[in-house]
Amino acid sequence: MFYGVDLNCRLMLGTAQYPSPQVLRDAISASQTEVITVSLRREGHGGEAFREILKDSGCRILPNTAGCHTVREAVTTAQMARELFGTAWIKLEVIGHADTLQPDPFALVEAARILTADGFEVFPYTTEDLIVGEKLIEAGCRVLMPWGAPIGSGQGLRNIGGLRSLRAYFPDIPLVIDAGIGAPSQAAQAMELGFDAVLLNTAVARALDPVGMARAFGQAVAAGRLAHDAGLMPERDMAQASTPIFGMAELA
Amino acid sequence: MRVDVNGRTESVRGGTLADLIDELGFDADSVATALDGVFVPRADRAAIPMRDGAKVEVLSPMQGG
Repeated sequence: MFYGVDLNCRLMLGTAQYPSPQVLRDAISASQTEVITVSLRREGHGGEAFREILKDSGCRILPNTAGCHTVREAVTTAQMARELFGTAWIKLEVIGHADTLQPDPFALVEAARILTADGFEVFPYTTEDLIVGEKLIEAGCRVLMPWGAPIGSGQGLRNIGGLRSLRAYFPDIPLVIDAGIGAPSQAAQAMELGFDAVLLNTAVARALDPVGMARAFGQAVAAGRLAHDAGLMPERDMAQASTPIFGMAELA
Repeated sequence: MRVDVNGRTESVRGGTLADLIDELGFDADSVATALDGVFVPRADRAAIPMRDGAKVEVLSPMQGG
């Protein structure tokens, strides 16, 4: 449940870097996603076709503040996005480091506070830090989007222990793994750990066959969630025979 | 007057932000605007006078992740 919205599909898909508008369209459809993320950029780069795709997709739009490095930039971008898309949802990115694209947690919390006070429903792109998560929730966020790994890196879940702690620490807050996912198995792993959804872009858009990969991610997320709900067996250090010893023949 | 629009210097007649959007051929309903880093809602554009050296951003939806 994300700000009162229940989703059937737990995959959220970015819309950048696809080889063609048609491939983007087909990938959205194959993934079965219900939420797509979009950016705002200077008008004049041929956005008409893209606007059509957004309308046709039937998906809920999650605008983002990608590329913003300051509180002011992020807040202004969010306000512009709300008017353009008619949604209070905003994926809040305030980047603190150009190479890692790591969020600036201080600016993020401040921007989140300003935006939630203004009626926005904020999806903050954050690290897996517990205290930052706590401050974001105090600022009014009802969802957290911790990174798996740096944006576009495809490394998967780099700090599983930290993510596990975050999940345990905020059992009632929807948590979405955002960024760093490179393979469907990593998305499934996020779901097995009990995360509520996964947001990704490059792994699908830059696949040899983006539509096939979109389908694979859709199924991986569903499988991971099923596995989580079914209850995973605990790990053991030593082997334990699955076949009973009782009734075994003496053949030695 | 000269105004910075999306990083380019434009010579425009002046008037309001709504006039500028119109003069430069933007589709007023499908863009969002900011003046000197501050969001200007669509409904307010007609009441915002332009001045020489103003910095205007005109944004629209774009592919993103």
